[in-house]
Amino acid sequence: MKKLSLGQIAVYVVLGLAAIPVLFPIYYGFVGAVMGPGDLATYPPALVPHELHWQNITDVFRSVPLGRFYVNSAVQTGLITLAQVVTSILAAYAFAFLRMPAKAATFGLFLATLMVPWEAIIIPNYLAISGWGLARGGLTYLGLVLPFLASAFGTFLLRQAFLQFPTELRDAAVIDGCGHWRLLWRVIVPLSKPSIAAVGVYVFLSAWNQYFWPLILIRDSDYQTLQIGISQLNDSEVAQPGLVLAGVALSLLPTLAVVLFGQRYIVRGLTAGAVR
Amino acid sequence: MPPPPTVVNAPPDDRTPTADSVRPTVRRDPARRIETGLGWLLLLPSVVVFGLFVFWPLGRTLYLSVHGNDLFGAPSVYVGAEHYREMLSAEFGRVLVTTGLFTLFSVLPAVLGALVVVLLLEARIRGVRVLRTAFALPFAFSVATASVVFAIIYNPAIGVANGLLGSVGIDRVNWLTDPSIALPAVAAATVWMNFGYNVLVLSAGVAAISPEVVEAARLDGATGWRLASRITIPLLSPQLFFLIVVSTIHALQSFGQIHILTKGGPDQATTTLVYSIYEKAFAFGSSDFGSASAQAVVLLVVMLGCTAVQFGVLERRVHYR
Repeated sequence: MKKLSLGQIAVYVVLGLAAIPVLFPIYYGFVGAVMGPGDLATYPPALVPHELHWQNITDVFRSVPLGRFYVNSAVQTGLITLAQVVTSILAAYAFAFLRMPAKAATFGLFLATLMVPWEAIIIPNYLAISGWGLARGGLTYLGLVLPFLASAFGTFLLRQAFLQFPTELRDAAVIDGCGHWRLLWRVIVPLSKPSIAAVGVYVFLSAWNQYFWPLILIRDSDYQTLQIGISQLNDSEVAQPGLVLAGVALSLLPTLAVVLFGQRYIVRGLTAGAVR
Repeated sequence: MPPPPTVVNAPPDDRTPTADSVRPTVRRDPARRIETGLGWLLLLPSVVVFGLFVFWPLGRTLYLSVHGNDLFGAPSVYVGAEHYREMLSAEFGRVLVTTGLFTLFSVLPAVLGALVVVLLLEARIRGVRVLRTAFALPFAFSVATASVVFAIIYNPAIGVANGLLGSVGIDRVNWLTDPSIALPAVAAATVWMNFGYNVLVLSAGVAAISPEVVEAARLDGATGWRLASRITIPLLSPQLFFLIVVSTIHALQSFGQIHILTKGGPDQATTTLVYSIYEKAFAFGSSDFGSASAQAVVLLVVMLGCTAVQFGVLERRVHYR
């Protein structure tokens, strides 16, 4: 084996030192989830568990309705993701293939929505949604998802993908009597799966991780989402960090799976615009 | 949470104008009318959502910002610029300074740190793939879960941060309750959350650099820092620029970590613009929607300024291939 040069050793050392602060909170999030009070609630705290305290995992379900939070987040995220993917596909097809007046101006208005920070329009949205009675009981689901059923980013990314298809495809479809609807769902959508997956993964992560909107909207704790539930768990169980970390670890499983298995779609979706 | 993607320069739509201008007479063609009708039908769902939940609320925010409100938050009389005048106070000045410092502390270390890591990952060493995945892992954490983990690490009595300091003989630090330390501590947690995304974007940028350019520079004897400073960093300037703008926009919108870690305290030391909007409008049963809306207008203007910078001033100075 080739000997390492001094420079290479230095690179390893610097990267190793940089990796410690990046990896430590991840390590601690998961290992702390199975640490007992003997390791966590003492000073100095242990970095390696003396014994595995699996009880945290079952106890956390007794402390908060974690299962219920999971269902709520799944319903909210599922509805938002499905709706944004469908509305983006429809709008992107119109922008990429159909001849219509004022198309460029309409597309400009879509892009303009990307420049409006949600926090700057959250007050009127809150007043409207709660005024319509969508912050109570089962209707909370509707209030959680209604403002997020369309996506300018998804439309933009899919339009870019659809523009890769030759224009003749549209003419051929019309002449063959195939029709726009069938062209879209039988040809364009199946051939654009990677881009659609990129939009889906991005929308999933941002919907699952939402914080501000569910925090102010939800009044009925039966409809609390996982993110708010975990932060409330942190407030109520300050003395039991192991329990809190167990909740954190359990709530991370879906996003961890998406990051590990959907990595290439993440790179594609999130770096769109950064690399051309 | 992944930062919101920002679209840099949409490529021009080179199709429709020609198709439209070449055949002006087909306008009466029924097939064409059907095509236009179908187009609007497909756009309808998105247009309705944007109209109801983006453009109308935008106008409402402006309306609320010049009206008073009753105890329940319903808009009452027209008050003109009063809510804006309220903002000419030392209190709001401090909010703006805190917002600026938070942005600086959270953007610069995350971008520069990621640049160093990505440049080092370019050195021809073993195990690069494993290291790259490791650096992207924080990505799986939401703002809420990451903040909760940091809240436990920062715990003054039993947290690991003080435990490690204690083991080298340094006194305990009140990470989240000392007014001079809380803001950097929250910013440090934010750096951690965004680091993975920055590494991803810069790695994609490095991968897009043509190998011939790098090889030519190597043949000319450029290695290490010389190669990085003369070739790699200039060629990465579009990605660096993109990251700085996107992270600034993202930092200005930060909310979850402040709400979970400090609730804007201690003594307002971490009350940023977005947190101040939340406090005025929603916290502790407050419903001062008028003042909060005026601050929301300030946020909107600041963000539009960032976007303008993105498209205008700085972009021309960046090296593009």
